[in-house]
Amino acid sequence: MASALSTDLLTAWPEIILAVGLCLVLVVDIFLKDSYRDVTYLLSIFLLAGIAWSLLGAGAGGETTLAFGGSYISDPLSRVLKLFAVAAVATVFLYSRPYLRARGLHLGEFYVLGLFALLGILVLASSYSLLVSYLGLELLSLSLYAMVAFNRDSPLAAEAAMKYFVLGAIASGTLLYGMSLVYGVTGSLNIGDLQATIGTAQASSLSLWVGLAFLVAGIAFKFGAVPFHMWAPDVYQGAPTAVTLFVGTAPKLGALALAIRILVEGLPALGDLWQVMLAALAVLSLVLGNVAAIAQANLKRMLAYSTIAHVGFILLGFVAGTPEGIQAALFYTLVYVIMASGSFGFLVLLSSRGEEVETLEDIKGLWQRSPWFALMMVLLMISMIGVPPLAGFYAKWWILSALLETNHVGLAVAALVASVIGAYYYLRVIKMMLFDDGGQAHAGGVPLDVRVVLSVNVLLLLLIGLLPDRLLELCARAAALI
Amino acid sequence: MMVTLSHYLTLSALLFTISIAGIFLNRKNVIVLLMCVELLLLAVNFNFIAFSRYLDDPAGQVFVFFILTVAAAESAIGLAILVVLFRSRRSINVQELDVLKG
Repeated sequence: MASALSTDLLTAWPEIILAVGLCLVLVVDIFLKDSYRDVTYLLSIFLLAGIAWSLLGAGAGGETTLAFGGSYISDPLSRVLKLFAVAAVATVFLYSRPYLRARGLHLGEFYVLGLFALLGILVLASSYSLLVSYLGLELLSLSLYAMVAFNRDSPLAAEAAMKYFVLGAIASGTLLYGMSLVYGVTGSLNIGDLQATIGTAQASSLSLWVGLAFLVAGIAFKFGAVPFHMWAPDVYQGAPTAVTLFVGTAPKLGALALAIRILVEGLPALGDLWQVMLAALAVLSLVLGNVAAIAQANLKRMLAYSTIAHVGFILLGFVAGTPEGIQAALFYTLVYVIMASGSFGFLVLLSSRGEEVETLEDIKGLWQRSPWFALMMVLLMISMIGVPPLAGFYAKWWILSALLETNHVGLAVAALVASVIGAYYYLRVIKMMLFDDGGQAHAGGVPLDVRVVLSVNVLLLLLIGLLPDRLLELCARAAALI
Repeated sequence: MMVTLSHYLTLSALLFTISIAGIFLNRKNVIVLLMCVELLLLAVNFNFIAFSRYLDDPAGQVFVFFILTVAAAESAIGLAILVVLFRSRRSINVQELDVLKG
């Protein structure tokens, strides 16, 4: 009994550290004067470093442990997702501090809500039961709603938060309705049991199909896939850019974990059905995301539509359905998180003196004023297009090769055409920065440490692009055990 | 007449439809949206309890306790956002939430 308890606690050790640590950060922050707010920041960064350290220590053997009666799992997949989520959140905190300080928004709530959202992502990554998935997802979503409304004086942010909240609550309700139908048909909430018990007789039950449709709709909502994408552009544009940076990076890892755990691990018996649904969502996302992005003058909104297009690509990995497909989806998501933290981080840093830099006009001629920053953004845009020496190329390459191996030639061609359309608006950003004149944005006054981190962030894409094998091997190991 | 599982499921599906319809038809008041969201979660609870009783398995009822708790937190955050919205806009009309578009 005692040893079972200690296994449970050891399996959830990173989450326990985070939960206790963030309560401490919350309490310490209450007693700090405004001028000592950096203490909250430093404590949060130390906490994140501690969790990363405990994750690295736990993951050496590559073993899989089940805990809490089989509803919680620690496997290579969960550890990869958690490490990336922790790193992404730490990067977001680092980029955001000058931005928030310039606006009088440098409050402890930002860090505490961010840490709560991270806890939700970690729980999602390790969940092996529908109930645990739901709790992790709500912890993540509720923190994000509050973060979007974080700047209380901004009418835009309030509107974005309200839209996000209502649509997000519908998504949670839809997901729950799907879970209740799956529970009703199978009599089980545990993902391992679902996988084992859904036989051929149940796989053709209509209630289960309806339940699956609701589950897919809920997951698509959290990913931001068309036609459940309405919240994404409004939230990305309306929220303070630092919060957009947060919303656009780590939560995507949580959505990916949700999709892998429920669809791939829980309901492989219905694979044919959800692959068709996801194929439709993926094509719609690719087309609408890339076409709508062309019409945007606001960079945050443009990047929101570009996110929708990237989500289409990630879903295509699920459509292939093979371990190679899931591995490619995981690789794509990890690379996307690096690209998104770089590109939103670029906007946050350019805005870190107080004025908002968020339209295409603002960054015109950035090359003359801040060549290094412009160069970083050029690399990010090239990676998002998917041009060879950068990581974005391999991300797309493996998705397409997984599709071709499973004879989805039509989908692969559609994805290629959509990417070519998408290249237009990425190239337009590059053209405006390098060859146009008239913008105001420049990178003066950005602290040195943040500049270094942004450069590392972007050059990481180049490194992964030149030596993709390490990360690919990591993804292969994570996807092999599913 | 015996009340069977399918009666409960029909009622729950009706509640679910009413709440979704309420969210998309309501053009006036944000508070009504919050009420619809609550109704949505209650419809799901109904499903879980009916299944739990039918399967003679307590897990469904445990799930309901968690949903109720999360729903309380959710409405707290929803109302807080509503207050922020009203402070900055002086209005909680759904149709006026149209600054962000495209």
